[in-house]
Amino acid sequence: MSAQPVSATLEYDDEVVRRFALTTILWGLVGMSVGVLIAAQLLWPALNFDIPWLTYSRLRPLHTNAVIFAFGGSGLFATSYYIVQRTCRTALFLPRLAMFTFWGWQAVIVAAAITLPLGMTQGKEYAELEWPIDVLIAVVWVCYGVVFFGTIVKRKVDHIYVANWFFGAYILTIAVLHIINNLAIPFSLTKSYSIYGGTVDAMVQWWYGHNAVGFFLTAGFLGMMYYFIPKQVGKPIYSYRLSIVHFWALISTYMWAGPHHLLYTSLPDWVQSVGMVFSLILLAPSWGGMINGVMTLSGAWHKLREDPILKFLIVSLSFYGMSTFEGPMMSIKTINSLSHYTDWTIGHVHSGALGWVGLITMGSLYALIPKLWGRQQMHSIPAINLHFWLATIGIVLYIVAMWIAGVMQGLMWRATNADGTLTYSFVESLVATHPFYAVRLAGGALYLSGMVVMAWNVWKTVQPQAVAKTVGDLQQLAGAVK
Amino acid sequence: MSGGHERLERNIGLMAVLIAAVISVGGFVEIVPLIVGSHMEQPAPGVVPLSAIQTAGRDVYLREGCYNCHSQQVRSLDDETLRYGPYAIAGESVYDHPFQWGSKRTGPDLSRVGGRYSDDWHRVHLMNARDVVPESNMPGYPWLAEDRLDGDEVTAMMTALRRVGVPYSDSEIAGAKAAVDGKSKLDALIAYLQSLKASPREPIAAAMNPTQTKSAP
Repeated sequence: MSAQPVSATLEYDDEVVRRFALTTILWGLVGMSVGVLIAAQLLWPALNFDIPWLTYSRLRPLHTNAVIFAFGGSGLFATSYYIVQRTCRTALFLPRLAMFTFWGWQAVIVAAAITLPLGMTQGKEYAELEWPIDVLIAVVWVCYGVVFFGTIVKRKVDHIYVANWFFGAYILTIAVLHIINNLAIPFSLTKSYSIYGGTVDAMVQWWYGHNAVGFFLTAGFLGMMYYFIPKQVGKPIYSYRLSIVHFWALISTYMWAGPHHLLYTSLPDWVQSVGMVFSLILLAPSWGGMINGVMTLSGAWHKLREDPILKFLIVSLSFYGMSTFEGPMMSIKTINSLSHYTDWTIGHVHSGALGWVGLITMGSLYALIPKLWGRQQMHSIPAINLHFWLATIGIVLYIVAMWIAGVMQGLMWRATNADGTLTYSFVESLVATHPFYAVRLAGGALYLSGMVVMAWNVWKTVQPQAVAKTVGDLQQLAGAVK
Repeated sequence: MSGGHERLERNIGLMAVLIAAVISVGGFVEIVPLIVGSHMEQPAPGVVPLSAIQTAGRDVYLREGCYNCHSQQVRSLDDETLRYGPYAIAGESVYDHPFQWGSKRTGPDLSRVGGRYSDDWHRVHLMNARDVVPESNMPGYPWLAEDRLDGDEVTAMMTALRRVGVPYSDSEIAGAKAAVDGKSKLDALIAYLQSLKASPREPIAAAMNPTQTKSAP
């Protein structure tokens, strides 16, 4: 795999990558803005305005769906299409089908943005979208799989690069999870009922929900990590052997961990215990990925000082390491008895979402966008630095506020007086949380402002300039990762 | 090890098959035993399907996204049974398609809220929660008082629920339209909330939880 000059006639299908890259930013802005709005609504309920489609309980699913599937999803489409071409040294298989996945995915997002505020929902967390949209997701996803795996099949290199293992596992598994969890009986165009009920539905839903985290928000973004960190550092990945071990351990272990969302519930005890044990084991393969990424920098640590893109990538890995330590801890039954149902969970999710998923996506896009538009670098490097600090301070404020709020809620809910009665009413715990909701709002707003800076920087970068020296750029791009 | 793995790294078909195999085990082991030869789908004694108006109310509960802030699952922990009532058992939620256990309590658990407050209290509270709980941050849902239920839609809901296993009789479904005639979505939601109660317990469960009534949420 020496990086010899590839023939100048080798052309990649990058139009679809460019489009997904831009929609990642657009939907990031939208999804995070909705997040800031609903954070403010928890503080000042008057902001619901008594308008149905502006009400917190309808907007919260819009926020989660927008940041996970619209922002995160577009980022995954963009990077996986880019990476699979470079590492296989071939153009996309069926480029028109790839373009269909772009328009199909945008249609899903627009349909979600219309139906969720109207209250059309299946009532299952992170799987709220009603059946016609679910069918469209399944169709787009199968096409995505055809393009991705087809491109690997027609590769010009012998070896399948590790980033593609992760993307492949994520595409396959999300198809399985999405289809099985959303099986439902429709009775109108906008309404259906899950075929699962009660405890069985709870188990299916959290098997899905936890692995939407494990595969959509982890395996997919690890694919990004395995390409952009070695690229940006200019060194091969730290340990090839570690990538094999942690890949298989990660994908097989994740699928068992769902029941940790259901501890002390009416799910049978043995399932709860199995889920807890596998959640603890999950720490090892998760940290395997973090170590492999961070250690790729060994001998090149000084680059962290000079390269703000690398800061995004490496700090995202630290948040990944932190969340994947916190997650197993929260799966221990005694800790979960305190943390479950509180804002601690919200803090945990956001250290993963803002810290890991957000920062790795932003770092990857900063590396990707100049290449896609044939520029030397982003329009403004200081703006990348500014974005980095806005985002990092925002994340820290957000998660520290939610940690304190969550632990406090857990302790207040379980506090009893000497005579065995409860010390606090529920609403007292809500009142005590108010200051932390304010800090969280500030953290979220900072994070969003960083995204605005990014949008400006990208806008300036992709503005038409003098004609790029396409052939030279292509040669540079085509040098696959060693 | 890497020697064997090199074959996989050159054969995407083989790799995809192996990926599919390892991701299937966990879900298979954890889900299938709950469906086959388990009591997870058996209703607890005294648990009956929701009436027509309650079904319509449950639809409002889902539509408005109440599950984003309210759980319906009392865990088997002392402080929870003190605050809310008897801990949840699987047989209570068998007719819930989908389940509404929730994952976050920005507001309190609702699975034992039935009978705790009057209909009038709920009416005021759902229009503007701060009229009865000044510290509340719950949104108001005033439009529910104006929206009328659609009898045909409620009939369709119950028919669909029967198809996923809720044992409604023909006469219950036939009577649905008349039962919700003229009622508002607010009436329906309140009827649903008032239906949320613990199922009657076996003596053994009661003996394990002698006190349930110490304190209100």
